[in-house]
Amino acid sequence: MRHSVIRSAVAVAILLCAAGIVRAQDSSEKEIERYREMISDPMSNPGYLAVDRGEALWSEKRGTKNVSLEGCDLGMGPGKLEGAFAKLPRYFADSDKVMDLEQRLLWCMQTVQGLDTKDIIARRFSGPGKPSDLEDLVAYIANKSNGMKIDIPLDNPKEQEMAAVGEALFYRRGGVNDFSCSTCHADEGKRIRLQGLPNLSKPGKQPQETMGTWPTYRVSQGALRTMQHRLWDCYRQQRWPVPEYGSDALTALTVFLQKQAAGGEINVPSIKR
Amino acid sequence: MTSTIKLTALAFLAGIAALPVAAGAQTKPKAADPALVDAYIKSTFGKASPEWQQRITPDETLKTCNAYRNDVPPAEAEAITKRELAKVVYPSDGKYLGDWKSGAKIANNGRGGQFSDPPDTVSGGNCYACHQMEQAEVSYGTLGPSLMHYGKDRKYAPEDIKAAYTKIYDSQAVFACSNMPRFGANKVLSEQQIKDLVAFLFDPESPVNK
Repeated sequence: MRHSVIRSAVAVAILLCAAGIVRAQDSSEKEIERYREMISDPMSNPGYLAVDRGEALWSEKRGTKNVSLEGCDLGMGPGKLEGAFAKLPRYFADSDKVMDLEQRLLWCMQTVQGLDTKDIIARRFSGPGKPSDLEDLVAYIANKSNGMKIDIPLDNPKEQEMAAVGEALFYRRGGVNDFSCSTCHADEGKRIRLQGLPNLSKPGKQPQETMGTWPTYRVSQGALRTMQHRLWDCYRQQRWPVPEYGSDALTALTVFLQKQAAGGEINVPSIKR
Repeated sequence: MTSTIKLTALAFLAGIAALPVAAGAQTKPKAADPALVDAYIKSTFGKASPEWQQRITPDETLKTCNAYRNDVPPAEAEAITKRELAKVVYPSDGKYLGDWKSGAKIANNGRGGQFSDPPDTVSGGNCYACHQMEQAEVSYGTLGPSLMHYGKDRKYAPEDIKAAYTKIYDSQAVFACSNMPRFGANKVLSEQQIKDLVAFLFDPESPVNK
C-alpha cells in the first residue's frame, strides 16, 4: 500500500518534471511547489524508508567489538541523537578535528565498533541494489533534529578556521570553466535553465531553507542524498576534480553554509527534484 | 549578548579576509590564509591526476579575481583584460561566422569537462544554462543577460560580430573577472565551435534573430 502510494507520487513527480521543461518558468515553479506540498506527507516521502533503515543500523551490533553505534558521541553525549544534527559540523576533542555527521559516523564505526569502513565508504552513495549505510544513518539522525534550529558552535579556533576557509572556498574559482560556488549562488533570483538557485552568500532565509532541507529524497535519482553528495555533485557541475568523501574542504564549506543558515529550521528528509 | 559578540567577531574575521594576502600570515589561523586554503584543497582534491590538479591551480587572472571576489579595482581590471586579450586567437581567414545550425546544438549541449564525462567528450557551450537565446527555447537560465535578437539588435554590424567572437573566446578580454567561462582560452571550445556560436547569434536566418 505504502509502496504504491510512493510509486504513484514518484510518477507524478516525473511527469511534473517532464512537463516543467516545456512550460514557462512561472507556471512550472508553481507546479513544482504544488507537488512539493502534496508529497511533504511522511507517508508518501520515500526518504522515510531511509530513516527506518538508519534506525535499524544505529542499534545493530557490528565490527570487531560487536557493539552498536549507541556508544557514539555526536556532540550531545554518547547515544544522544536529539538535536545533534542541528549542531554539526563541530569540533570533537577525541579526534581533535572538526567533523560533519558523515565523518563522525565513520570515526565512530572505526573507533567505537572496530568496523572496517572500506566497504561502507565504497557504498557512500546508494545506487540500484546498493544501499548506503551512511545515507540511511544520516537520514535517521538528521530527522531527530526536526523542528530545531541550525546552531553550530563557532567558539573553538578550529571551528572558526573551518568557517573562514569554507568562505574562501565558496569564492574560489577554478576548473576549465572558471566556476566557483559563488558563480551560481551569490546573486538574487537567478536560475540555471529552469532550476532556481539559492543565494548562499548572505546569511538568512535562502541558506536557512537550503541547509534545513538536507538530507533530501532526490526524485530524479530515486535516492536519499546527503550534503556530502550535494557538494560532490556541485563540484562535478563546476568542472572541478572528484572531491574526496568526508574530507576537510567539504566540511569547511558545510561549516560556512551552516553559519549562513544559522536559525533555520530543520525539516528532513525533505523531497526535491 | 553572546550572539552580538559572535557577530562582532565575524565582522572582524570578514575584515581580515578582505585584506591583501600578506596580512594572513601574522594573524590567527582562522583568517583564511591562502596557504591554508590550498592545504584544504589538497586534502580534498589531492588524489586527482596532475592534469586535473592543473585545472584548479589559479592562473594570474584567477588569482586576482579570487583575491577581490571578482570586484577588481580599475588598474587590476585593465591588467586582466590586456592579458586575456593577448590570448585570443582570431580566425586566420578573418571569417567569424560558421554554421548557425551547428551553433544551436553547441548552445544546447551541457556536456564535457565534468569528472563524470568520458575524457574524449566534445564539450558544448551550454549557453542556455545562463542565457535566453532563441524564443522557442523556454528552458533558459538567467545568470547572464538575454541574447534574444542579438544580431538583429546590432544590425549585424561587423565590429559586433568580432566582439562576440572575442567575448566567447575569452570573456575576460572584454570584462575582467566576468563569470562567463573563457571558452577558447581554456580550450573548452574549438575555433570552429566558437564560429558556429557566433553564427547562431548573428546569422539573419538563425532563430535567435526571428
